[in-house]
Amino acid sequence: MKRKGFTVIGILLCCIVFSGALYAVSRLVVPKYHDTLIEGHLSGEYYRETTDHDVLFIGDCEVFEHFSPVILYNEYGVTSYIRGGAQQLVWHSYGFLEDALKTETPKVVVYNVLALKYGEPQSEAYNRLALDGMRWGKAKIGTIRAGMTEDEDFMSYVFPLLRYHDRIDKLTKEDVRYWFSDGDPVSLKGYVMHAGVDPATEVPQERYDPKLPESSMAWLSKMADLCEAHGIALVLIKSPSIYPVWHAEWDAEIEAFAKSRGLRYDNMIAENDAIGIDMQTDTYDQGQHLNLNGAEKLTRWFGAVLKNEYGLTDHRGEAAYDADYAELTERCEREKLRLQTEGN
Amino acid sequence: MLFPSWAFLLFLAVLVPVYFLVPKRIQWIVLLLANAVFVCFAGVLGAVFLVVTVITVYAATRMFDASFARQKETLAAMKATHTKEERKSMRLRFEKRRRIVLVLTLVLNFGILFALKYGAAIGRISANLFGTEAFGQELALTMGISFYTFSTVGYLFDVYRESIPAEKNPFRLALFTSFFPLLVQGPITRFETVGRELSKPHSFDGRRFLSASLRIAWGYWKKLIVADRLLVAVRTLCAKPDAYRGGFILVEMLLYAACLYADFTGGIDITIGVGEMLGVTVEENFFRPYFSKNIAEYWRRWHITLGEWFKRYVYYPLSVSKPMRDLSKNTRRFGAGVSRRVPVYLATILVWALTGIWHGSNLTFLVWGLLNGIVILLSEELKPLYARFHVRFPKLTESTFYRGFTVIRTVLLLSSLRILDCYDSVGKAFSAFFSMFTTWNWGAVVNGGIQSLGLSCTDYAIAFLGVLAMFTLSMVQRKGAIRKRIMKRGTVFSVCVLLVLIGTILIFGRYGFGFDASQFIYNRF
Amino acid sequence: MEQLLGILREMHPETDFETETNLVDDGILASFDIVMLITRIEEEFDVVIPAKDIVPENFNSANALYALIQKIAEQDD
Repeated sequence: MKRKGFTVIGILLCCIVFSGALYAVSRLVVPKYHDTLIEGHLSGEYYRETTDHDVLFIGDCEVFEHFSPVILYNEYGVTSYIRGGAQQLVWHSYGFLEDALKTETPKVVVYNVLALKYGEPQSEAYNRLALDGMRWGKAKIGTIRAGMTEDEDFMSYVFPLLRYHDRIDKLTKEDVRYWFSDGDPVSLKGYVMHAGVDPATEVPQERYDPKLPESSMAWLSKMADLCEAHGIALVLIKSPSIYPVWHAEWDAEIEAFAKSRGLRYDNMIAENDAIGIDMQTDTYDQGQHLNLNGAEKLTRWFGAVLKNEYGLTDHRGEAAYDADYAELTERCEREKLRLQTEGN
Repeated sequence: MLFPSWAFLLFLAVLVPVYFLVPKRIQWIVLLLANAVFVCFAGVLGAVFLVVTVITVYAATRMFDASFARQKETLAAMKATHTKEERKSMRLRFEKRRRIVLVLTLVLNFGILFALKYGAAIGRISANLFGTEAFGQELALTMGISFYTFSTVGYLFDVYRESIPAEKNPFRLALFTSFFPLLVQGPITRFETVGRELSKPHSFDGRRFLSASLRIAWGYWKKLIVADRLLVAVRTLCAKPDAYRGGFILVEMLLYAACLYADFTGGIDITIGVGEMLGVTVEENFFRPYFSKNIAEYWRRWHITLGEWFKRYVYYPLSVSKPMRDLSKNTRRFGAGVSRRVPVYLATILVWALTGIWHGSNLTFLVWGLLNGIVILLSEELKPLYARFHVRFPKLTESTFYRGFTVIRTVLLLSSLRILDCYDSVGKAFSAFFSMFTTWNWGAVVNGGIQSLGLSCTDYAIAFLGVLAMFTLSMVQRKGAIRKRIMKRGTVFSVCVLLVLIGTILIFGRYGFGFDASQFIYNRF
Repeated sequence: MEQLLGILREMHPETDFETETNLVDDGILASFDIVMLITRIEEEFDVVIPAKDIVPENFNSANALYALIQKIAEQDD
């Protein structure tokens, strides 16, 4: 009897040590997305937030590189966060919204519509970039299921070792440095700054389907339902860019959708002059994304819209927010300085 | 379902507890249902063929049994009233009827196998010959058909020869034919052993479960860490016969030898382990094959069950058949040596031709089979010469060095033959083989050549350690069964070994995204 | 029996067939030898061994083989 007890304890101990070791290896081989591929770090940074937000931006690179929460707060007193990621598809965005709603209820949700042109999962690598940092819950499970490419399997999300085990011989210092620590945030409340200038040139021609995929429109509709249920104002925007082209047919389709659901839709490409965007100076990659200059102009313009249209509270003067955003402002200035000296 | 898939592990995780929890009486029915799920999962067409095999073989064997009984009865009744000649002709009439049924059953079952296996190839050939459109290109083997057809036909022969009685319950025959672990890559089994055991009740035994898990884990270890890794390089080498010549061919031979061994024995380990988990003993298919001193011995130790099958049902019957004996008698005028060799030679060549075709529809496989047969006959003829050599240099031939030499020679010889397996034409294979002696490009092979095959240095290091582990274990195994010795050191120790195996598979295994969950190489056959 | 031992010794002079009881399982008699042996037995004993009797148990020792030959010879009468 005693022997049997020892055996059971022994086996349990083995299993615990085994699980611990595998967990450690798993942490080691999962990409850290900190010094390289920082877009993968964005989805997880949200959970470090100590204050809540009146405005939540969701969408792809056209939100996380185009809007600066620092300016929104410092100039309008509007608190905000950007839950955006590289090639973040509409079901990812829906998942992030659903996830955020568990802990806070913003007054306005801003969704950038560019990604609606994708009705199918696009790439496994981008799926991982968006989802690896997300916290576990119903929202994450749903998002994984919705967005898996054909060859992916759910288990590899639960046990990332299954996906990344072959990185074992490609480990870098970054992997060791952030093995058990997340390191400093790489974004400014979801905003990633780019400082270079690369003027826009001519736009490549591409074939396109004049109708947006039904599947992505269905997700957008679900998103509108979710906001309605929580009493949140959903704002659809198309951030300024030259390429990828936002076609007139798509624009009309979103316009009609917004009308039918009573939503505001801003196609900011049409407002370029009002905003003051000049694609010769305000883009770092020939008109695909805005640089710091462009982002600041756009944020100022859109901050006024939000403030005037939705009567958001000016939180400046509230100690908790002031402290949070003072720290953010400082980081923002440091980042600007770094980019200037490094000549990014 | 491939062994390395979530579907298979899940299937096992559900089946094992259910199998041991249900009343013993219906255990075999649960297993039969599980087989049905497994077969249907792979495709309904495959299930149909399997059912056809079961029904025809069942009907034939029952007919044999009934015929034997009637024959005995009739002959006994005739004993008092009829002459010996009359009784003999009656017996022959019975025998003839049975033979007709046997042949029909064989034609049908091998017909299906043949059509699926060679249909596409024959279509292509006739298209080339007659310029018509190639037919039958959609024909492809259904899962496990090469293996279960042979196993079940073996049973058909056994009943036909009156070696064993026919099974009365068709579902028990179906249970044998469809036993799921055997469908992936064999081995070919006998109804007498596995089939009977399958329908017996089995109790759960924790130690047996642990021991079986060890075997399964070791199978996955070999397959995922060594075989699937080396397969990348082997495929690269085989895909470009013009670029990779000379020294690369030797690299290819050695990598393929390691890859095929790890893959095939790994798969069989999983099969036997799964059987053991359910309490069923499945025949061993390997006995340290690469430690053989000659090709004939190698073939008694590699894919043992296939060799046994051919020996039992083709080689012996053929060499003692009437036409063969007559042929032997007719050649006596060339001397006793010749006349005695005729049956052996003909049977050997035929069996090896069949073994070749069994492995694939390509002409390369036929040539490969025949060459194996020729090598075996040659070494048989050279035996007196060897014997003289042994007498002359007894010290040398009994040394470890000489034994090592014969083992390495055998591995190199069979690896050379296997080059035929790598290319789609005999010409390419021969050209590749001879380039080893004409193209001296070892500089290119070592400087960057090996690294360009899709594997990193770490990959080679891992594969090398894996091969080293397999080699060491084989050496240790000579002194006794390894799992027994592990289990002897206690449950905790065994669990530790199991966990280490699983852990290293998870970390160093070649699986998952970006890598094609490659089929077991033997699954194609 | 002596006749049978003679044939066997001719094939494998190094083996002691009177005591060895594992000829097939130990790999002393390979399939090649077995077929040669059957041909010789037919020549010298005028006995045809049918395929169903070619199993290891019948060839593992000279005694077993001799018993088989006698059994078949009796049946033929």
